[in-house]
Amino acid sequence: MFDLFLLTLACFGVGGLGALVAARSPTLARIVGHVSALLGAISALTFGVAGLAGGSMQLNIPDLLPIGGAAFGVDRLSAFFVLIIAVGAIPAALYAIGYTREYAGKHSLAGIGFAFNIFIAAMILVPLARNVLTFLALWELMSLASYFLVITEPEREDTLSAGWVYFVMTHAGFAALFLGFLLLAQTTGSIHFTEWSAAAAQLDPDSRNLVFVLLAIGFGSKAGVIPLHIWLPRAHPAAPSHISALMSGVMIKLGVYGLLRVAFDWLGAGPLWWGGMMLIVGAVSGVLGVLYALVDPDLKRLLAYSSVENIGIIMLGVGAAMLFQATQLPGLAALALVAALYHTLNHAAFKSLLFMGAGAVLHAAHTSNMEDLGGLIKRMPQTAALFLVGSLAIAALPPFNGFISEWLTFQSLLLSFQISAHTVNLIFALGVAALALTSGLAVACFVRAFGITFLALPRSDRAEHAYEVDWTMRAAMALLALICIVLGVAPSLVLTPLEAIVFELTSAHADMRFNLTAVVANGEFGWVAPLWIGLGLVMFLLAIPLALRLLGANQRRRYYETWGCGRALQTARFEYTATAFANPFKRVFAVLYRPIKDLDIEFHPESRYFVRTIEYYNEGRLIFEDALYRPLLGVIETLARRARVLQSGNVHSYLVYILVALVALLIFAV
Amino acid sequence: MASLLRQILKTPVVTEALKSDDDLQIDILARQIDERARKRFGRSLHIREVDAGSCNGCELEIGALNNPYYDIERFGMHFVASPRHADCLLVTGPVTRNMADPLKRTYEATPGPKIVVAIGDCAHNCGVFVGGYGVVGPVSAVLPVDAVVHGCPPEPRAILLGILAALEKRP
Amino acid sequence: MFTEIAIELFQLLLVAFGSPLLVGVIRKAKARLQGRRGAPIFQPYADIRKLFSKEVVVSENSSWIFRFTPYLLATTMLLAALIVPVLTTSAPLGFMGNIVALMYLFLLGTFFLALAGLDAGSAFGGMGSSREVAIAALAEPTVLIAIFGIALRAGTTSLDGIIIRFAAEPLLMLNAGHLLAFFAFFIVALAENGRLPVDNPATHLELTMIHEAMILEYSGRLLALVEWAAGMKLFLFLTLISNLFFPWGVALSNTPIALMIAFFALALKLLLFAGAIALLETAVAKLRLFRVPELLAGSFTVALLAVVTSFFLK
Repeated sequence: MFDLFLLTLACFGVGGLGALVAARSPTLARIVGHVSALLGAISALTFGVAGLAGGSMQLNIPDLLPIGGAAFGVDRLSAFFVLIIAVGAIPAALYAIGYTREYAGKHSLAGIGFAFNIFIAAMILVPLARNVLTFLALWELMSLASYFLVITEPEREDTLSAGWVYFVMTHAGFAALFLGFLLLAQTTGSIHFTEWSAAAAQLDPDSRNLVFVLLAIGFGSKAGVIPLHIWLPRAHPAAPSHISALMSGVMIKLGVYGLLRVAFDWLGAGPLWWGGMMLIVGAVSGVLGVLYALVDPDLKRLLAYSSVENIGIIMLGVGAAMLFQATQLPGLAALALVAALYHTLNHAAFKSLLFMGAGAVLHAAHTSNMEDLGGLIKRMPQTAALFLVGSLAIAALPPFNGFISEWLTFQSLLLSFQISAHTVNLIFALGVAALALTSGLAVACFVRAFGITFLALPRSDRAEHAYEVDWTMRAAMALLALICIVLGVAPSLVLTPLEAIVFELTSAHADMRFNLTAVVANGEFGWVAPLWIGLGLVMFLLAIPLALRLLGANQRRRYYETWGCGRALQTARFEYTATAFANPFKRVFAVLYRPIKDLDIEFHPESRYFVRTIEYYNEGRLIFEDALYRPLLGVIETLARRARVLQSGNVHSYLVYILVALVALLIFAV
Repeated sequence: MASLLRQILKTPVVTEALKSDDDLQIDILARQIDERARKRFGRSLHIREVDAGSCNGCELEIGALNNPYYDIERFGMHFVASPRHADCLLVTGPVTRNMADPLKRTYEATPGPKIVVAIGDCAHNCGVFVGGYGVVGPVSAVLPVDAVVHGCPPEPRAILLGILAALEKRP
Repeated sequence: MFTEIAIELFQLLLVAFGSPLLVGVIRKAKARLQGRRGAPIFQPYADIRKLFSKEVVVSENSSWIFRFTPYLLATTMLLAALIVPVLTTSAPLGFMGNIVALMYLFLLGTFFLALAGLDAGSAFGGMGSSREVAIAALAEPTVLIAIFGIALRAGTTSLDGIIIRFAAEPLLMLNAGHLLAFFAFFIVALAENGRLPVDNPATHLELTMIHEAMILEYSGRLLALVEWAAGMKLFLFLTLISNLFFPWGVALSNTPIALMIAFFALALKLLLFAGAIALLETAVAKLRLFRVPELLAGSFTVALLAVVTSFFLK
């Protein structure tokens, strides 16, 4: 395992430095940087698989970092997350080879290659970190590298402000993490993660709760739970598509990794309100995330909000697991955890696929605004088919992978009836309702995303002239689509290692049985046989047209125009728009969106009976920014303005400040 | 709702038997469909009504076909919303210049095999609108017609018998 | 082994060939209530047979998804017919999925039908798709909370297991929660199958259509498959409701007598439901589209009440 570790780091090192060295030749920088990253990711995949099979590794470099040096280690959970990162990084690197070609001459491909390699390497090292400073240093490195990648195209309209919001939010989270870690290190007396689980049991409840809240805020902001999500819908659309895929599919999962470590490893079993809070946060994120995705006309921002939704679903599983652990039902806790981890892997696969598809659309049609797209299925048939696979997977429809993880999440939530505390039961019931609403709305959201973007007629010239993208991008998407299908019909491939991971974390066996074809939860509570469903679907799909042909049904097919009530013209203006499709939701959930409607009618100058144009705006307001962040920023600004008094510009007052500070420190230290 | 239900339960079935009448004027023209299709349509016919410029007198009579007295559904016939679902086009009115093209498109949008029944004197020979500046001609000038039902407007009974005659079906 | 496969096959054929009869009976009942003779109860068979002999007219704007969707719809319904315990609880392929998996299988059909509505590029299709997915999304929480309520009492979410448990201990069904869950499920069945008061299956006004608007472009054998699949969906939903909430008659073993009793019991239950639906459709007017979420929210509250009562009355 150690040699795989070194090989991975070496590949990324070669990639990063090689890209910088080849700065003169953009093509060389692009190829070296990304191919090296691809090889490094493959090596990381092997490392992850070896770790899941039970391999171990320990590495301590005493003087690399202050206070304890750098410490690395691997256990099953870390190996799983390295695997997830690799599953996201391999297609991303492959995709990037083709996608970044158009940056030659406009942006520095050497810098892009360098940052790309640092980003993935840092992400891979984060789950392997085993003491406070290693973790924090790598976390910060990951955030910085991703910041530079987000602002790759600063000439685009909102990129710089999106990058800024991302920068601030990730550092606010970092501050919370820093405080939490320091508090925990101080109270347990150690900075090594391995020593925390034993020491945490002796902590007093107040500091445990405080640490939990701080770390939850820190990791939650990285994961993108509501209300700490505001950077997601800004940063992900601004970044290049493969970076969005990596951030959305992989980086936010490291927030989940942190939360799992906090709840199940470092702090031990906590009081009921920890799990309840996680579950409620998950439910709210799930529903609100998909509701915002439903009304957004930009394809990439829609996918970013959908990531918030899926993190919500993962949090539902994690919260359920914590609640089960707190109520002494370890088998069910393990089941819920399996569901959450499975969904983490699944989301990495299909969200990366969807972002890459959106990137392909952006590449070919030069716009990601769905109001200008349409008809792409005829111009980019393979991309469309792959995007369809991703949409089916994220809508949790059989026989794809999203269905299995949502099914498992449902089963673990439904099994909550074994708890006999009424408040907890009610919270679980609301969790079931929230998950159901989320999955229904996700179906609607992706019917809209796929249907408006790819089907019917193109709504603009740019969409009309779209073309199929090159083979590296399609190959990357095909790889992910294959993963979605395989994980959907053969879940046992993932469930076997997940059982081992969960056993390591909670010392309990998940309450389920499975074999190659079927999964059964909790004795006889519920079962599903995804392979059989898949085979059944294929069998009937082939049998029905055959039967019709044999029974003599009329096989003639004639092409004619769409039925438009005999109207002479059929243009794209008659199609349903993305805004119109979302209208029922906007009306039903108006209390949430608080839409601002505006109607602009321009009349013909000579007569008010003739109308030239009508423009209709129906935009939702961002309630979290308005209600939470703006007041907060206002307070900070007011405080800063008051504090400006201290910056008098007078050297003498500064000397007085230094004197006062010195005296105070001396008194305090002595 | 209770009073409504009470009234429903009190009212009997009022459908009248369809009597054939010899002095009804129904012309059978072209034979567009073969024997097998005619037998199938005899059991199940989906009708799309197209108003190609009529005064709506014929429409009122056609609308009456859906009421309990005439009950077109007992013959397996059913009005549909889209020509894609239709087997039979029921065309009324002299074909006006504005409606000539939509009528042709409606015909093309209908999947074959299909029949066309023209209802009313206007559909037969433009009726009182013959020679008008906005009129293209009778329905047979635009579409191939299987049967024509004379009358201004024809009774619902005649319309029903006309459609049945086009399918060579006894009532 | 062979008997079980034969029974499974018989169930499949019953659903496949019995659903047009169910639709025909509902239409006949409605016609009688309207005071007219109405089409014969076997009319839907004639309709489907005729549609198979017509050509298919496809819009130039549409893609392979338009032509693929009817086959997928029929496929998901036939697959669901293998899972739902129509006559017996010991069908060998019932292990393919529990009730949650069944609901997702229906959702697969809805997804593709909504896409097909958008595919031709007509305004009606888009409108139908938008409304259909909105209603499907809002009905999901009700369905799953109702399932939660049933699972609480029966201790399992497997369809066979629920029926066996309820048939063995009928007293489990004798409480308010069960009745509330039944009402909630019934309203969802109306919403999912496009019946009044959510959607009028016999309307000609495109602005009032939901399900019909999505299939305005279909013709010939594609239309036949879509109509058949819609009939099967109604059959399966009503069978599900009657067998889960009123499990008397369902065969618990595979003896010929039990199966015959099951057949007649199912026929009776479906007849009663058909009559109830016909009566409801005659007496009630269609709800305004933006009142439907209120109806669904009401049914959600009813289902939640069902769950809460079973918590507090344990």
